[in-house]
Amino acid sequence: MEKMDTIQKPPSDIGEKKVRISGSEALILSLLEEGVDTIFGYPGGAIMPIYDALYHYQDKVNHLLTRHEQGAVHAAQGYARVTGKVGVCFATSGPGATNLITGIADAQIDSTPLVCITGQVVAHLLGTDAFQESDVLGISMPVTKWNFQVTKPEEIPEAIAKAFYIAKTGRPGPVLIDITKNSQTDKLDFEYKPCKKIRSYHPYPALKKQDIEDAATLINNAKKPYILAGHGILISGAEKEVLTLSEKANIPVASTLLGLSSFPPDHENYAGMLGMHGNYAPNLLTNECDVLIAIGMRFDDRVTGDVSRYASKAKVIHIEIDPSEIDKIIKAEVGVNGDAKQALQMLLPLVKENTHTDWIAEFRRLDKIEFEKVIKKDTFPDGNEIKMGEVVRILSEISDGNAIVVTDVGQHQMIASRYYKYKKPNHIVTSGGLGTMGFALPAAMGAQVGKMNEKTVAIAGDGGIQMTIQELGTIFQYNIPLKIIVLNNNFLGMVRQWQQLFFEKRYSFTEMVNPDFVKIADGYGIPAKRVSERADLQNALQEMYDSEGPYFLEVKVEMEENVFPMVPSGDSVSNIRLE
Amino acid sequence: MTDIYQDSIEQSVEKQYTISILTEDKPGLLNAVTIVFTRRKLNIDMINVSASEVEGVSRYTIVLTTSKEQVEKVVKQIRKHVDVLGAFVYNEDDIHYQEIALYKVPTKIFVGGVEVEQIIRDNNARILVIEKDYIVIEKTGHKEETSRLFEILKKFGVLEFVRSGRISVSKSKRRTETFLEELEKSTTHSLSNNNGTVN
Ligand SMILES: Cc1ncc(C[n+]2csc(CCOP(=O)(O)OP(=O)(O)O)c2C)c(N)n1
Repeated sequence: MEKMDTIQKPPSDIGEKKVRISGSEALILSLLEEGVDTIFGYPGGAIMPIYDALYHYQDKVNHLLTRHEQGAVHAAQGYARVTGKVGVCFATSGPGATNLITGIADAQIDSTPLVCITGQVVAHLLGTDAFQESDVLGISMPVTKWNFQVTKPEEIPEAIAKAFYIAKTGRPGPVLIDITKNSQTDKLDFEYKPCKKIRSYHPYPALKKQDIEDAATLINNAKKPYILAGHGILISGAEKEVLTLSEKANIPVASTLLGLSSFPPDHENYAGMLGMHGNYAPNLLTNECDVLIAIGMRFDDRVTGDVSRYASKAKVIHIEIDPSEIDKIIKAEVGVNGDAKQALQMLLPLVKENTHTDWIAEFRRLDKIEFEKVIKKDTFPDGNEIKMGEVVRILSEISDGNAIVVTDVGQHQMIASRYYKYKKPNHIVTSGGLGTMGFALPAAMGAQVGKMNEKTVAIAGDGGIQMTIQELGTIFQYNIPLKIIVLNNNFLGMVRQWQQLFFEKRYSFTEMVNPDFVKIADGYGIPAKRVSERADLQNALQEMYDSEGPYFLEVKVEMEENVFPMVPSGDSVSNIRLE
Repeated sequence: MTDIYQDSIEQSVEKQYTISILTEDKPGLLNAVTIVFTRRKLNIDMINVSASEVEGVSRYTIVLTTSKEQVEKVVKQIRKHVDVLGAFVYNEDDIHYQEIALYKVPTKIFVGGVEVEQIIRDNNARILVIEKDYIVIEKTGHKEETSRLFEILKKFGVLEFVRSGRISVSKSKRRTETFLEELEKSTTHSLSNNNGTVN
């Protein structure tokens, strides 16, 4: 981490430690103090002094100019999700700041640590409808973990220190710091102290021994215990503890969408993915288990379906760091409020070794049905047209499950989540809670920048890619070696599927007339190819995967393919459909 | 789902709850607190914000008619805000509370009779100011009491009527200072310090 001696311009110091510098420079130094090495952003009038300070620190911090502020915030999200560090983005006031909002809301619901810095008009113009003034604090309040407006330069170091502490601790989330222009240009005596505590903020609730003991008792007496693995496992780094719990007491483990990659997919206790388009067995057997051990997850309605017919025979143990999630959707017999890793470390010694062979066999029996009815047809199809499932299967094989796979939102997202065998933790980046189309390309870009030594693949639909396709420009400018797959069905596929199943095939505005994607990529100087024949698919994917730099692969897939299994919206998980 | 929650009828009955919130005294917090209600389309019956007995700490008193289940979720969401020190929910019988009402009535209604004077006496109200044209009557009490007086005065003509939000103190013996000291001392600020358990 860079320290104070990185200041390049000789400051007119006034003391041993304190130096008199502009608010803008103080901001950059504060970010360096927090270990920031990458910033995604877009300049404009109200943030120009900060960009001017940044100019002098280009050798200390890598700034990437995106093509849209939404691209910057999604890139920061992707970066944060794969590195575990706080993602940082810059935007100007007014439209720059409002363009961040979708990504901030996405980060909030998917617990992603971000610090977003926005420029603001000079303090004395606040509330006057000045040029490019908008109430960014008011607008972002419902979608940030914390926000703060700096109106004096002296406030900068403390605001940044708090921002990082809040963003990354407990249940992580986005923080927005709005900095008026006068605070950027005026001077302060700079001194940086990292934030260690805030008296009103208690991110790591103390675990209660009684809760842990109660949980152990339930688990030890369970006939059909069942672990639901959520994103919280990845955030707290509890993968090993979950594995140990599952192996020690022989408990099947299903994963939420965001929990994918927290449990080895080829493990004999792995049950698959939960949710509307999750696997058959893990959804169906939720209503058979007698003890449900939910870890770091929040019972999203896409997971539960109709809550009154969810886990109907089960006593629920809910291990969760955010107290407001416990009893929010599903009442917990035992709520364990605290960090997942710590809770599991305390729980493990109390859990008895056990076997649940028959119970696990039930999963395997249903897996076979799903394989015959769905998976085989999806991943080894015999029709003429390419299916999304086979593309993902081949990618999974080529990369041996080691790539970072970033998806957009829609059918391809579900297919990628179902068929990619994520072997390494934090190797899936997807927009779960908000379901933000346009997420994949910029988020993948940020993920790739965060992990330059790992192969990163974005998978998007023809709809979603066009929401943020301009980020090809960023990928081009910085030669980011991202691989991009567009699964083109010429439809807003997921919506079309619902129209087919629930609106008697009235395809109301879901058909897309698309541009020549290969030409577009070509225009950005990115090698690109289109595949429409199965015979070419394997080689094309291999060529893409082996390429050194960025690569764009468009795959023409079956137009009216449907994703199954499916729990119809609002129905019980027991009514999961295979076709 | 477990049988301990089969008393779901009790959970869903609507009642009046008093929420008491301690926060850092910072701008924007009122907005942060009220959006928790707005988002759920809950209508706040009464709200009062004031300084507490501790410097730099504000106390919000919010009265809300809703179900137990809903109020518990709302309070958890409020607690989640970084600058909120604590939030508590009370039933009517867990607290001592008051509201204050002011009634502006024409001075002439006092002329030539003792009726209004008697009303003020009977209702434990008092006269706050006397002006040439109007008189301001003040009454503290619960909503039913201040409303009752309003109904009575209405027939004489009320120029203006206003009632404050509820203010309340809990029946708990705990001092706010002690609560804050415990927050300060707590080890829940970082994972490494928080090595264990309570109980
Ligand atoms: C910003 C945004 N707008 C609208 C939606 C609603 N939506 C969900 S999936 C989907 C279709 C996505 O189509 P495409 O990107 O082509 O992917 P496919 O489903 O065909 O794989 C739409 C419109 C959304 N999730 N996000």
